[in-house]
Amino acid sequence: MKKLLNTLFVTMPDTYLSLDGENIVVKQEESILARYPLHNLEAVCTFGYSGVSPGLMGACATRNIDLTFMTRSGRFLARVTGESRGNVVLRKEQYRISDDDRRSARVARNMIIGKIYNHKWILERATRDHQLRIDMDRMKKVSASLTEIMKQVREVEELDILRGLEGTAAVQYNSVFDELILQQKDDFYFHGRHKRPPLDNVNALLSFAYTLLSNDMKSALEAVGLDAYVGFLHRDRPGRESLALDVMEELRGVYADRFVLSLINKKLIHGTGFYRKENGSVMMDDDTRKIVLKAWQERKQDKIIHPYLNEKMSWGLVPYSQALLLARHIRGDLDEYPPFLWK
Amino acid sequence: MQGYNEEDYLLLSGIQHFNFCRRQWALIHIEQQWEENVRTIEGNHLHRKADQPMIREKRGDKLVVRALPVHSRELGITGICDVVEFVRDPLGVPLAGEEGTYLPFPVEYKRGKPKRNDSDHAQLVAQVMCLEEMLVCEISKGYFYYDEIKHRVEVIITASDRERVRASLQEMRHYFERNHTPKAKAGPHCQSCSLQHICVPEILNKKSVSSFIESRIAE
Repeated sequence: MKKLLNTLFVTMPDTYLSLDGENIVVKQEESILARYPLHNLEAVCTFGYSGVSPGLMGACATRNIDLTFMTRSGRFLARVTGESRGNVVLRKEQYRISDDDRRSARVARNMIIGKIYNHKWILERATRDHQLRIDMDRMKKVSASLTEIMKQVREVEELDILRGLEGTAAVQYNSVFDELILQQKDDFYFHGRHKRPPLDNVNALLSFAYTLLSNDMKSALEAVGLDAYVGFLHRDRPGRESLALDVMEELRGVYADRFVLSLINKKLIHGTGFYRKENGSVMMDDDTRKIVLKAWQERKQDKIIHPYLNEKMSWGLVPYSQALLLARHIRGDLDEYPPFLWK
Repeated sequence: MQGYNEEDYLLLSGIQHFNFCRRQWALIHIEQQWEENVRTIEGNHLHRKADQPMIREKRGDKLVVRALPVHSRELGITGICDVVEFVRDPLGVPLAGEEGTYLPFPVEYKRGKPKRNDSDHAQLVAQVMCLEEMLVCEISKGYFYYDEIKHRVEVIITASDRERVRASLQEMRHYFERNHTPKAKAGPHCQSCSLQHICVPEILNKKSVSSFIESRIAE
């Protein structure tokens, strides 16, 4: 598998990024804050109003360094992509599948199997590790029902039925998600998923982690030549990266949810790091965001063995490996798309 | 003369990829995938020297031309010769703007040292065939210049070499027209392939995804 390089996150709003030889230079007013060699980077992600010089944009595009602009709250704004990404033959086949509900369903159901499988094993792991803290009966019940739903998903050939099963499984998982929060229960609780806007700390964290993950997923899909905007489960909608959302389904729990839970349970973040706006929406403060990004970066470096490829790689390459496997399935090398099944 | 249209030409450099690995060729030329590694970057660096189309040297009986674009309508290929040496020869052909008659010999720049496999060889043969068609002459040999030994090696081009190139091209065209990326056998050569991270040769030897999923769900 390829090597995982670093991502540079720029969180200070009044910085300007420019190019100096083979380096990226971070400036504030006239003073230079930092300088990083481009060859160590695979992505640059800016939050806030940072400007970027056209020269640096060009340098990132030619080197396939993903340059993304986000709002301070982590909403995606824009990205710079070079020309070498893309694969006409692969994309045409992707579009053919996307236009065919039955073929789409056969790919999408594996992603949903991945999602449910990973959710199930998050719960199973919790029952094993924290027997005394967790309502075992409830957990085991949900876990068993997830297995049942998975078996049904395996046979599904219609997208609407698949969406229905996916929804049922999500309700089951969400119903016990709060049990997985073992620390700081006064500040961090989960009473349901809401995202526009997030109304509690946990939802704010989840939204932010999903944004980071979807960003990595988009880059990974484009790096292997797929079109991140044409999906199988998620329907086309202008500006929505449907395929990234599709593949992300199987990684949400295992990658983002577990990440958020460990931030809370290891007390890396605290309730004081969040503030509530007048309309009830919750945002994290700059320091907390920095802690989250740093932890996210560190988590990406952790090593795992890929369950299907059986190959050692860092967590950060999982989106890439799934994109690659999807591309190889679409081009006919693999009989099915192998989801990331993590135990 | 019958032949291919320009827009259907394949890239001459692809013959080398194709002989190295059919799948590598398809990934580059059909799927437009490319990834640099140490070897390709060394190759680029080496070619910077050869790739200077404006330099034209005359040394006694020799005229040295760099980065010469060539094609063959009959074979349907196009490419660039790193260096072509035109040597004054009574059995040669006249060149526009030059006195006397000349025979052309392509010189292909290669990183490293002479290799045992012949994936490079076919590329040189194809260059010879292009030059023969464009200049209407017969060429008996070409050269490799190896970066590591800083030395050139003469290569005699035989009729069976030409036949092999024709056969490769026919096979390439077959894949190209169907947009088909063949599965190939993974082997030791995968280690030196710049596309191994895109190709993922291991997956071709893996058990089926169906059985992988079935066995996991059943846990």
